[in-house]
Amino acid sequence: MNTKLTPVLTKNSGAISRRTFLATSVAAGGALVVGLTFHGRLHHPSDTSQDPFNAWIRIHPDGQTELVLNKSEMGQGVFTALPMILAEEAEIDFSRITVVQADNADGTGGSGSVWGSYQPLRQAGAQVRETMIAAAARRWRVPGAECHARNSQVIHTRSGGVLSYASLVKDARRLPLPDANTVRLKDPKDFTLLGRFIPHLDIPDKVKGAARFGLDVRLPGMVYAVVAQCPYFRGELLRFDAAKAKAVPGVLEVFEIPTDPRSANKNTREVAVIAINTWAAIQGRNALAIEWKPGQYHDESTESLTAQLRAGLDAQEYWNSTNTTLNPDTVPAAKRIESVYEFPFLAHVTMEPMNITIRLEDGRCEIWSPTQAGEGTQETAAKFLGIDKNNVTVHVTFMGGGFGRRFGVPFDHQALQIARRIQRPVQLVWTREDDFTHDRYRPAGMHRLRAGIDREGNLVSWTDRLVNTTIIGQGNPRQAQAFELGGALDQPYPAQHFRISYVPVDSGATRGAWRGVEISFNVFTIESFVDELAHLARQDPYLFRRRLLENAAAHSAALRSNFDGKLADPTRMIDMLDRAAEKAGWGKPMGPNRGRGISCFFSKTTYLAQVAEVTVKGGNLHVDRVVTVVDPGRVINMNGIRAQIEGAVLMGLSAALKERITVKNGMIQQQNFNSYDLLRMPDAPQLETHLVESGRPPGGIGEPPLALIGPSVGNAIFAATGKRLRKLPFQLDEASS
Amino acid sequence: MAQLALEINGRQQTVDANPEMPLLWVLRDLLNMTGTKYGCGIGLCGACTVHIDSVATRSCQTPLATAAGKRIVTIEGLGANGLHPVQEAWIAEQVPQCGYCQSGQIMSAAALLAEKPHPSDSDIDEAMAGNLCRCATYFRIRNAIHRAAGKAHS
Repeated sequence: MNTKLTPVLTKNSGAISRRTFLATSVAAGGALVVGLTFHGRLHHPSDTSQDPFNAWIRIHPDGQTELVLNKSEMGQGVFTALPMILAEEAEIDFSRITVVQADNADGTGGSGSVWGSYQPLRQAGAQVRETMIAAAARRWRVPGAECHARNSQVIHTRSGGVLSYASLVKDARRLPLPDANTVRLKDPKDFTLLGRFIPHLDIPDKVKGAARFGLDVRLPGMVYAVVAQCPYFRGELLRFDAAKAKAVPGVLEVFEIPTDPRSANKNTREVAVIAINTWAAIQGRNALAIEWKPGQYHDESTESLTAQLRAGLDAQEYWNSTNTTLNPDTVPAAKRIESVYEFPFLAHVTMEPMNITIRLEDGRCEIWSPTQAGEGTQETAAKFLGIDKNNVTVHVTFMGGGFGRRFGVPFDHQALQIARRIQRPVQLVWTREDDFTHDRYRPAGMHRLRAGIDREGNLVSWTDRLVNTTIIGQGNPRQAQAFELGGALDQPYPAQHFRISYVPVDSGATRGAWRGVEISFNVFTIESFVDELAHLARQDPYLFRRRLLENAAAHSAALRSNFDGKLADPTRMIDMLDRAAEKAGWGKPMGPNRGRGISCFFSKTTYLAQVAEVTVKGGNLHVDRVVTVVDPGRVINMNGIRAQIEGAVLMGLSAALKERITVKNGMIQQQNFNSYDLLRMPDAPQLETHLVESGRPPGGIGEPPLALIGPSVGNAIFAATGKRLRKLPFQLDEASS
Repeated sequence: MAQLALEINGRQQTVDANPEMPLLWVLRDLLNMTGTKYGCGIGLCGACTVHIDSVATRSCQTPLATAAGKRIVTIEGLGANGLHPVQEAWIAEQVPQCGYCQSGQIMSAAALLAEKPHPSDSDIDEAMAGNLCRCATYFRIRNAIHRAAGKAHS
């Protein structure tokens, strides 16, 4: 298989619509074309104004197959996993499939790519296979049932006659496609490709420095831009000295632009510096002597925010879900416990800083962007420029990390302002400092948990109050369930009296999606607190969880109001815990200063359990070994799925050990890696990852494995030291509360 | 502005630029050699790592004037004849995810192996601590360095 991931200038592959479907089929050089629709978590299939298809299969008369994907590759491996599904179901030789990145690709995120594409791709693949079989059967004048397909060929089983897909394309195009909803799918026991360890085909270019990321786009006559942006939340531009910046060699132009109306600083202006190279532009910006006025949030600090969050623990609730008419905090219980957990703002820190390249020419707009939302950029550009959407093309480049960061605001708007003004191809570059200070941060917040247990250690009551700065918005209470509470509202341990409530808190800092955003803080809290309960009950944390889950399996869970999600299957969760405990050698004696912690979790139909081992010595913490067991449903590419799990575990560890964005005087304090460090090689533990294939359809995998490492390590620290850390990132000298 | 002679990947080149301009931007913006990446501009992420006289060096912290007259090797020139053993090991272990930091990782690893053909885990920790990877591919990087050990001679 080949990948064509660099911008495909000659192909406007994203522009195929249902109306032009047949015409395109002809235009595609006599190829058999099958359109299909992915239901990603970020797609909205109910929106009928949208094109129904967002992916296409083209089988050419030479047998080459193109899979046109409306998806972004950011290292998660979808450009290998998705064609594997097609090859498997369509019986196409995998080596003959080329992935073509659709222009204007949209909505990649939320661990949704494989999850939402598996069934549609299988159905479309089956349409291809059955159409090829039908074409061959007609040629041979035999019943289709006497034929089968394999390796891009149809075989007449009895006679051994063979016709290649290539030779059948012309006939197949004249046949009606079978209905995608009723076409026969392969029996998974006949799969030969899915589940294998297949190399990612973008890797050779990536090790040679040849893969072209957004920042690597170079156009004839291109200039470079940086923007001086207000460091204060909702502050204003006071003054700057354009002449000083223009005096820097290489600086071409300096001018004001209005801020993106969708950004936090929507009511001010910022200053663009245009130069012949990136460095000159940065030097020019440094010379601006720019001054800003603090805004309405000038008093905001991490301390003030912490006070607000704490006040929210007892404030009027905004939303709740319960299974009881009683107050869980006052029902009879043998023992009770209350704990407050705390988590900070986090930055995304994609290794490739934000950037976008724009060329305006002859009424057309061409954009190169490492984006998770190309169609959003396309719409922004069309609206801004007052031109038809069809005159805007967004080439989605490789992106140096996504993690929920690359959704366009506000750099799209900045670059459009600049490009329209200077009328030259321009690359807008955010420096690392821009990225740290103007991110859309993972929210900060607190959980307060209260629980009561009976003499046997059964959970009698559970009360959870989440207070945070909100991920998305505060306008709609339903959003609390949809965005803020995943992992807490649906925690798997049944309590007779359960109540969860939510309070949003305002902040001047812009917040947004992050890798596994809500589970990153909710699961940390739940799985740490359950560990506390185990110790309160004087039971082994593994066996305590196991017993609560056995209770859940024996009694169907009481209904929770305001909850229409799915609860975990306790039996599967127990299976994960058992395997993790066994692989990790749970219960085996450890040396002094060492400890083991366990946790488990369910998200996006993926089940996980994990055991971490730590050493805490002389005030230093080292995570030595992490055993993770995952049941993701069907494995597509064993290579990609392991990479995703390994990466998510370590990104979660980075957050647990090191990362924290703080606020002072209404500004973000961290500017670069000297004040916000990430996990580095010496901190990386030994990883042991075990996959359990249950045969269910594939679940999400990019995000769920991130959530467990915080509690696994926190629980291991408790085992090693007797000290419970309830605040992220972990500090061993944190005062116990 | 000044005319400066550079030897990059065995080729002599002349650039006309401010002698203070960091080598990173000379490579990327003047010579269109974009394999060397910008990550932080302060020498703390390692994405811009190149070899200068065989030493792994942060090109964002290296003024053009300092690099002039020295032997510069970038990711594009690491494998003089095909792939360098470190690049081969990176493919065999399927290291990169997003891939953005990997040029720098590979340059640091190649310099390590040139100096210590059989590095221990703590040698690897020390040599690679300056290279950040947000996809956190550290586990596979370590395995790839061990795989390449003994095969890399630069």
